[in-house]
Amino acid sequence: MTSSGAAQVHPAVLLRADRVGRKFGGFTAVDDVTMSVGPGEVVGLLGANGAGKTTLIRMLLGLIATTVGDVELLGGPPDRERRTHLGYVPQGLGLYGDLTVRENLAFSTQAYGAVPPDLPEALRAGAGRLVADLPLGLQRQLAFLSALAHDPEVLVLDEPTSGVDALARAALWDTIHEQAEKGVGVLVTTHNMREAEQCDRLLLMSQARLVAQGSEADIIGSTTAVAVRCDDWARAFAALNEAGQPVMLAGRDVRVADADADRVRTVLADAGVTADVFGVPATIEERMMVLARAPEAP
Amino acid sequence: MTFAVRSATVRFGDTLALDDVTLQVEPGSVVAVVGGDGAGKTTLLRTLVGEVQLERGEVDAPTPEAIGYMPATAGSWLSLSVAQNMNFVGGIYGLSGDALASRRDALLDRAALRDSVDRLSSQLSGGMRRKLGFSMAMVHDPPLLVLDEPSTGIDPVSRVDLWRLVSEAASAGAAVVMSTTYLDEAERAASLLALDGGRMLASGTLQEVLDSFDGAIARTATPHRRAWAWRRGRDYHEYWPTTAEVPLDAAALIPDLEDVVIALSLLRGHDRRPTS
Repeated sequence: MTSSGAAQVHPAVLLRADRVGRKFGGFTAVDDVTMSVGPGEVVGLLGANGAGKTTLIRMLLGLIATTVGDVELLGGPPDRERRTHLGYVPQGLGLYGDLTVRENLAFSTQAYGAVPPDLPEALRAGAGRLVADLPLGLQRQLAFLSALAHDPEVLVLDEPTSGVDALARAALWDTIHEQAEKGVGVLVTTHNMREAEQCDRLLLMSQARLVAQGSEADIIGSTTAVAVRCDDWARAFAALNEAGQPVMLAGRDVRVADADADRVRTVLADAGVTADVFGVPATIEERMMVLARAPEAP
Repeated sequence: MTFAVRSATVRFGDTLALDDVTLQVEPGSVVAVVGGDGAGKTTLLRTLVGEVQLERGEVDAPTPEAIGYMPATAGSWLSLSVAQNMNFVGGIYGLSGDALASRRDALLDRAALRDSVDRLSSQLSGGMRRKLGFSMAMVHDPPLLVLDEPSTGIDPVSRVDLWRLVSEAASAGAAVVMSTTYLDEAERAASLLALDGGRMLASGTLQEVLDSFDGAIARTATPHRRAWAWRRGRDYHEYWPTTAEVPLDAAALIPDLEDVVIALSLLRGHDRRPTS
């Protein structure tokens, strides 16, 4: 398979946004975002719905224009030619449900002038089946295969593992890491915060801005949570909930995001609940919740 | 009382949808049914609410009016407003007048939907629509709450909100069964049931599931048997039948739920112990 052209020489940066912003009328979807993805890197893009992830991706892919700032794909503007070196798996997978597995692959590879790859064992048995009739895990595998057939140098994946089981998820991450080891730069969004560990680097967006980046620890920053262990968790939960604390259940423990341990102790004591109260590191979700509730992005 | 589905076998035509599956839930607790697309989660939940008949096994569930059920399709009418959806479902359960209004408002308050009462369900975000579905399932204060993938496809912040609502229902005494594709939700539940291809992979509290895992997981840069290894970041985790078999260049570790579920799925797929 050939992947020809200037992009054969890997530039140091495959995807770049430089102080990029995008408005839709009076609404700011992306505000002053600077980020990049280099060869062989797996970069995770995290954020709640409406944080601006999809708009940022669409600008990086050249599907919509920026309002301010520049984006670069493979060292230049994301034009048609450069996009042929890109593999993209959208959230909706971009497959044709009323075509068979083999037909889908033939269609998508032909669009890129590539040769349809051999089907992996899991898909071979269903090669003649309509895609709409396949389980979601196999549909996702096929979408990956289609996106990879033309040997892209950049891979953009929008929630690639949503809805599949642990084993299918592991298989998809195997593929992602294999690509990265070949030098492909990967930008991936996920709503499964457990998958943060699969990424070399994380970007966290909230309210249109890039608010943190780096490792999981960098993302969580100074946000902490409080764990409450108590024989009568239901009473502890009710007392904290009534006091307006952002409380949730974790096994038999009660967790309070972004709370002060002393305040939690006071609330419980006032309610006559005896409990062990201790500070614990926050999770990424808790960090995101705190950011989403903030009146303004910090 | 404990609600349960015991030793359930369900067949749809030639397809064995559930094969000897047992699920139990106590009042005031959350049980998570975890698995991927096609694992049998929905079928199991539908046996509990009486929508699917068993070929074998038994169901201990209350009568339909004592169950709140939120199907995976979110369960609201898209062309009705938030308030109309709540009123309609409340009416079905015999609520009216002030009783309905106060129950409706309390639930919508908790779900942060009070400002959206006049919006059509179709105009809500995915997360808000799930919270509406949840509130509708809760309208008659059911002792058993059955939620089919309440958190699939919604963002992490909405998931935290939903989990808080679910916790609240359990703390008020409801028995809650929820299905999910997220292992961290299963870890947060009082107990979990992992399904794969209609069969039970594991069940119990998180600790029981981890403790009952028979085998060893080791971290390695280069797997010895690719078919028994999976990625965790740049490294691999690899399954070994016993700790004694872990090679010197790999480090045995304390497996988490993700490792255990993947290893059990691999073992089921191979239906035999690997030879090293």
